Parts: sequence; structure tokens; C-alpha cells
Amino acid sequence: MSTTRANDAGMARRTAAGAFAFVVTLFARFVTAVHGTWVGNEPSRRRRIYFANHASHGDFILIWIVLPPRLRRKTRPVAGSDYWLKSPLKRFIGRDVFNAVLIDRNRETRTGDPIAIMQDAVDRGASLILFPEGTRNETEEPLLPFKAGLYHLARSRPQIELVPVWIDNLNRVMPKGEFIPVPLMCSVTFGPALQVADAEGADAFLDRARSALLALRPTRNGSPA
Amino acid sequence: MTIHPDLLQLLVGVGAILVVASAVGYVLQRRFSPDGANQAIENLNDRIRAWWVMATLLAIAFIGGRTGVILLFGFCSFAALREFLTLTNVRRADHWSLVTAFFVVLPYQYYLIWIDWYGLYAIFIPVYVFLLLPIVSALRGEAENYLVRIAELQWALMIAVFCASHVPALLNLKIPGYEGRNVLLIAFLIVVVQLSDVLQYVWGKLIGKRKIAPRLSPSKTVEGFAGGILSATAVGAGLWWMTPFTVWQAGLLAFLIAILGFFGGLVMSAIKRDRGVKDWGHVIAGHGGFIDRLDSVVFSAPIFFHVVRYWWTGS
Repeated sequence: MSTTRANDAGMARRTAAGAFAFVVTLFARFVTAVHGTWVGNEPSRRRRIYFANHASHGDFILIWIVLPPRLRRKTRPVAGSDYWLKSPLKRFIGRDVFNAVLIDRNRETRTGDPIAIMQDAVDRGASLILFPEGTRNETEEPLLPFKAGLYHLARSRPQIELVPVWIDNLNRVMPKGEFIPVPLMCSVTFGPALQVADAEGADAFLDRARSALLALRPTRNGSPA
Repeated sequence: MTIHPDLLQLLVGVGAILVVASAVGYVLQRRFSPDGANQAIENLNDRIRAWWVMATLLAIAFIGGRTGVILLFGFCSFAALREFLTLTNVRRADHWSLVTAFFVVLPYQYYLIWIDWYGLYAIFIPVYVFLLLPIVSALRGEAENYLVRIAELQWALMIAVFCASHVPALLNLKIPGYEGRNVLLIAFLIVVVQLSDVLQYVWGKLIGKRKIAPRLSPSKTVEGFAGGILSATAVGAGLWWMTPFTVWQAGLLAFLIAILGFFGGLVMSAIKRDRGVKDWGHVIAGHGGFIDRLDSVVFSAPIFFHVVRYWWTGS
């Protein structure tokens, strides 16, 4: 009896999550008409770590939309549990809707090791979406310095490809402190995959990864990049 | 919701042309590009497929009557405005102006057309919005590039909303003896403008030599221009039966529409060139964005509207 009820609840939750994801992605398409391009790379069923610039809560949704549906299901965003477990709604969105890999960014309070949590998700067959800036970029700089997590993860799972992903224009759709989005076209560009070289140190690798990501930025005359 | 026999005849005609085009595209692909390697043929087939979608949407809108046409062009305006503003200098300080443009100005302009308040929809954007939005942007106190920003926003609204909304506004014209058939005026405008674009492309590919505006739009040629405009004029004259015009009037108006359409394409190419992009977007396969397909309609619609209103409605 109680298991049936638990199953029903689980089913209801999954249905709600599916409906929520549908509405959110439809809305994101309506506002951004997002378009994905692959430069020197192709969609692949292999496990991958996508690393992207982070300017908005919508970043992950745009990447998700432009990935082929069969890859979507096994691609999980890495997000801060310190934010996504704060309220029941956020927990529902983070866990049920987007199946996020939640890590605690706060060194003092955290119990689990973020790298171990990500390794575990990868070992279970997931591809990850990682925002190596660590937080949303609300500055005028195109890209903040990278945290070392990307390096440690890549070092420990050297067979996994690292794919840079540039998300363009979403920061203009929803600037800091605004709550109504302005419809503007956004694009998501996937670049050639990288791997950590044998003797490569953290700084050298993170520099290389950051340049690879910056290189995907579209250039435009006249308007701010 | 009855379909006028003239509309039915036109839809059947357009359907027949598309069937022929698809057949030609299929044969070309089988013979010259079986592995999808020939760019020109692949692009041609993309375009034909997109034409099917566009013709179907228009047909549904026409059959849906006033509501259908207003909704369709309202959405086109939305998509065009989204594409246009993406390429401008608007920034954080303009956020509320942009929100107003998308979620207030655009729906209100189409609402005014819906309720047929000519006195307001003819001046709402050029007068009221023209004065209002700079105020909204100024309130944020950001002076950098101010004139450029407000000018771009106003231009975007004029092109994507004001001009485009004159296509459904054709439904409001009261032409004696033409009651209940206004949707055919829209069909006339769109068929002539779009055929003119296609025919310019075809003539240019066949005999085009001298470039007409090499710095703005390298693919446009004098031969394509002349051949396209003249054949579109002939097609327009041949469509007189669905209009309130005589044969020569229909030809003259088709000529006017085609010329304006050509220059609309040229102007929008100049803007794309300025901004360093090839297409306005990527939504319509083979065509680019909405503006790439609408540029000529947008330029011809308001002039067509006013010419017909002045000479044919007696107001």
C-alpha cells in the first residue's frame, strides 16, 4: 500500500518534472530562438565534459536544447547545492527537472568532495556540463578565471573529452537584476575537444581551456561582444 | 469562414507552382547531388521546403481570416524585432525600453489594427513611441551612445512592427465593390513581392553579369533586377482578377511593389554588411532569418497600403 503510494508520488513528480522541462525549453526557444553550431566537432554518444561560460541561470537550458535529444538525457549540469537545495521549488528544478549533479561550493561547510561527486556521475555514464568560472559572471569581462575543478576532474579521467561551449548573448536577454527577459537571438557554439596533456600543470591547462573557450566567441561589428 | 473562389484559385495555383518546383528540385538532386554535396542544389531544396511551410502558414492564416492574418504577422513582427535588436547596441540601460517595445508596443499596434483604429495605428509608433521610448531610456541615466541606441530601437520598431503591420492593415481598407475580399489584396502583395525576389534570383543566375551594388549586396545584378521587376510586373498584371484594379493598374502597382521590395532588400543588406553578418538569423532553412524573407514585404506594404487607400477607398 505505502509502496504504491510512493510510486504514485514518484510518477507524479516525474510527470511534473517533464511538463516543467517542456514549458521551460519552449519558453527559452521563444525568447532566444537558440541555435547550436559545432565547429571542428560533432555530437557524439561518448561521455564528455562540456565546459561553458556562465552568465545566467538559463545557460544550462540553452545547451540542453541544442544537444540532440538522445544526448540530452545523459547530460547532467553541475550546479551548486548551496543554491539549488535552498527551497523546495529550487530542489525540484535542480534535482527532478534537470537531474543536476549538485556540489557544495562552500569549502567550510561542505561534507562531500565535489571532484569525487563529479567523478562518480561520470563513472555512472553521464556527460557533464560544467561552468568552470564557478559562479555567474556579472562583470564586463567576457570570461572570469577558471577554478581548478575542471583540471582535477580531467586529470583523474583522462580518457574523457573536454568540449568548450560558448553561450552567446544570454547575458543581454536577462541582465543582472532584471526579471523580465528581452527576446534576443542566442547561439551556442561547440568547439574542438581538448584533453589534458601528460605533463601539463593546472595553470597551463586552465589557460589553454580558457583560450579555447574564448576563441569560440562570435565577432560582431559595431555592437558590444 | 468561407473561402472565396478567387482565394481558392490562387492557393491551388501556388500549390501547383510549388509541386513543380519540388519536382525540379528532386530531379536536380538525384542527378547532380545524390550525396548532398552540391551546395547550390541543397540550398535550392532547402528554400523550396521552406516555401512549402511559408505558403501553408499563409494559407491557414488567410482561411482563418482577420484573426489568422493578424496573429501570423504579429508573430513575424516579434521574430523580426528579435533578430533586428540582436544586432544593435542596445544595452542594460535600455532594458525597460526593450521590454516596452516587445511586450507593449508590438501587441498594442496589432490590437489597434484589429479594432481598425486607423487614426491611431498610423501614428502610434512614429509619434507616440518615438517620443516615449527615449524618455524611458533616459531615465536610466546612461549617456554613452545614447543617440545611436534610441535611433536603432526606433528604426527596429518602424521596420519590424510598424511597416510589417501594414500587411494585415490592408484588411481594414473599405473599397467599394470589393467587400469581404481584402485578404486577396494581401495575397496580391505577397505573391508579387516574393515572386519578384525569386525571379530576380533566377534571372540573375541565368544572365546576370553587371553587379548593381557590389559593396552592399554582391549577388544582385542589373540583369536580375530588370528581369525580376519586369516579370513580377507582368505576373501582377495577370493577377488583376483577384484585385479591385484593372489590368494596367494591377501592373503598375505590381511594378511599384517590386521596386520597393528590391530597395528594401538592398537597405537591409546594407545593415547586415555594416554589422558584419550574412543573414539575420537561422530560423528558416536556406533563407536565413525572418527579416531575410520579410525585408521586401516590409518596404512595400505601407506604400501599397497608402496608395490603395488614397485612390481606391475614397477617404
